[in-house]
Amino acid sequence: MNTHDRFRFLSIGGGMVWLAVFGLLPGLLMLGTSFLARHEAELIEVRFSLEGYRTIIDPIFLKILGNSLYLAVGTTLICLLAAYPFAYALARMGNRCKRVLLMLVMIPFWTNSLVRTYALVFMLKTKGVISALLVWLGVTPRPVSFMYTEAAVFIGLTYTLLPFMILPLYTAIEKMDGKLVEAARDLGAGSWRTFFHVTLPLTMPGIVAGCMMVFLPALGMFFVPDMLGGGKHLLVGNFIKNQFLVARDWPAGAAAGVVLTLLMLALMYMQGISRGRAGKKRGARP
Amino acid sequence: MIRARDVLRLLPVYIFLYAPMAALVAFSFNDSKFSTAWKGFTWKWYARLASNTQLMDAALNSLTIAVLAASIATILGVLLAVVLFRYRFRGRKFMQSWLFVIMMSPDIVLGISLLLLFVLAGIRPGFLPLLAGHVTFCIPFVVATVHSRLKGFDPHVIEAAEDLGASEYQTFRNVILPMTMPAVVAGWLLSFTLSMDDVIISFFLTGPDYEILPLQIYSMVKMGVKPDVNALSAIMIGVTVCLVFASQLLMRKPK
Repeated sequence: MNTHDRFRFLSIGGGMVWLAVFGLLPGLLMLGTSFLARHEAELIEVRFSLEGYRTIIDPIFLKILGNSLYLAVGTTLICLLAAYPFAYALARMGNRCKRVLLMLVMIPFWTNSLVRTYALVFMLKTKGVISALLVWLGVTPRPVSFMYTEAAVFIGLTYTLLPFMILPLYTAIEKMDGKLVEAARDLGAGSWRTFFHVTLPLTMPGIVAGCMMVFLPALGMFFVPDMLGGGKHLLVGNFIKNQFLVARDWPAGAAAGVVLTLLMLALMYMQGISRGRAGKKRGARP
Repeated sequence: MIRARDVLRLLPVYIFLYAPMAALVAFSFNDSKFSTAWKGFTWKWYARLASNTQLMDAALNSLTIAVLAASIATILGVLLAVVLFRYRFRGRKFMQSWLFVIMMSPDIVLGISLLLLFVLAGIRPGFLPLLAGHVTFCIPFVVATVHSRLKGFDPHVIEAAEDLGASEYQTFRNVILPMTMPAVVAGWLLSFTLSMDDVIISFFLTGPDYEILPLQIYSMVKMGVKPDVNALSAIMIGVTVCLVFASQLLMRKPK
């Protein structure tokens, strides 16, 4: 082998081996474990079984799944409604302001999510900032706590994930050709019509990407309901974590992980479709 | 040219994003132990933090993991990006999609599946599993950063190098690497931040003999709020602010 090929061989090989061992193999192991039986002492027994999947179609798990879908969908909608006008205004700003304002979105995006969740405690607790503000304004006579409620979990998930919605939306809106909006206006469309027939379809890839970036992590962020919800509002993430570390039922935890992965792949497939459609639309334009 | 309507759209979101962080930083300087009412400015929690060896060790561990993971992920990621950009080989498409799957995978799935791998291999959670996990989730981001820069290249430069007799390695070392350097550095910084940022994957891969910051904070917060945790969190916010500034400066001058 000459040096030409050696570099090529090593560079392809090195990356491939790493991805195979730490990327592909763990996924296959999880898939495999989900079809094995549970063993009291050794955690898993090498015997084909659908017990894991049977456990997760149990009403208790389905209730957790329903509850976490409710929290995740709700968070995604709140983020979308809050982020869209924000991203729109940001994308249409003058260049100088835009740079700084965008950086102000990046900072929370990159700050440790646990630290940020912890920061929320200062706002929500009985003697926290919001409570003090409400007392000062005279809305309530006594300090109130917002901790350990469903609202706190929603606020926590929205707070940690909002930047994940803003950034894809911003990119999509910035890429959009502003002349198309002008053209729609010139042709007599009102603001609502322009928005629903021009802006919204053109920014759809950003909306889909943003919703995915919020929805998927929202299902898995077990520490947010742990810290702010007092463990009363479980997410699929809490379930998986508990199956592995507390209940020691690996097949069930793995089965839940497989379901979550399939959900992600389905969403990615849908995103691919919407992106393909947008691409076709662009292509159809002269 | 900021209009009133824009302020109305932007300001509430910024207040929402920054008020809790500002409150946390402010309370880290509060003299009151139970961080309720303002009792005056103090540095003492920072001093106490400095003498809290458990937290300082966790901080050192976090930094070690982040620097090592970022460096290994950058080396592998740059190689992968160059490979995907230059060579056509079997499994290339698969590799590309797999990188995308890793990038999009929910953290909890990645964490659990890596935990399975290490437990079945008989390796106890700790330093090495943690490092391997962090490298793995950082690689796709390095590949994406570097690959997008490679795509902006003039391919003739590489052809010229080859025509002049440069070996694959020489082309990589003397042509591709210098030209992609800003993206390489950005990829490293991105990986470093991702590693410092991660909670969920680390939760599964680290053991009691290798504590790292976010998990240390997690367990301390569960026991009740402690003022030195506020100081530590404030420092972590400060470091992130600096890193974001640094990466923005790097991206600013692309050529």
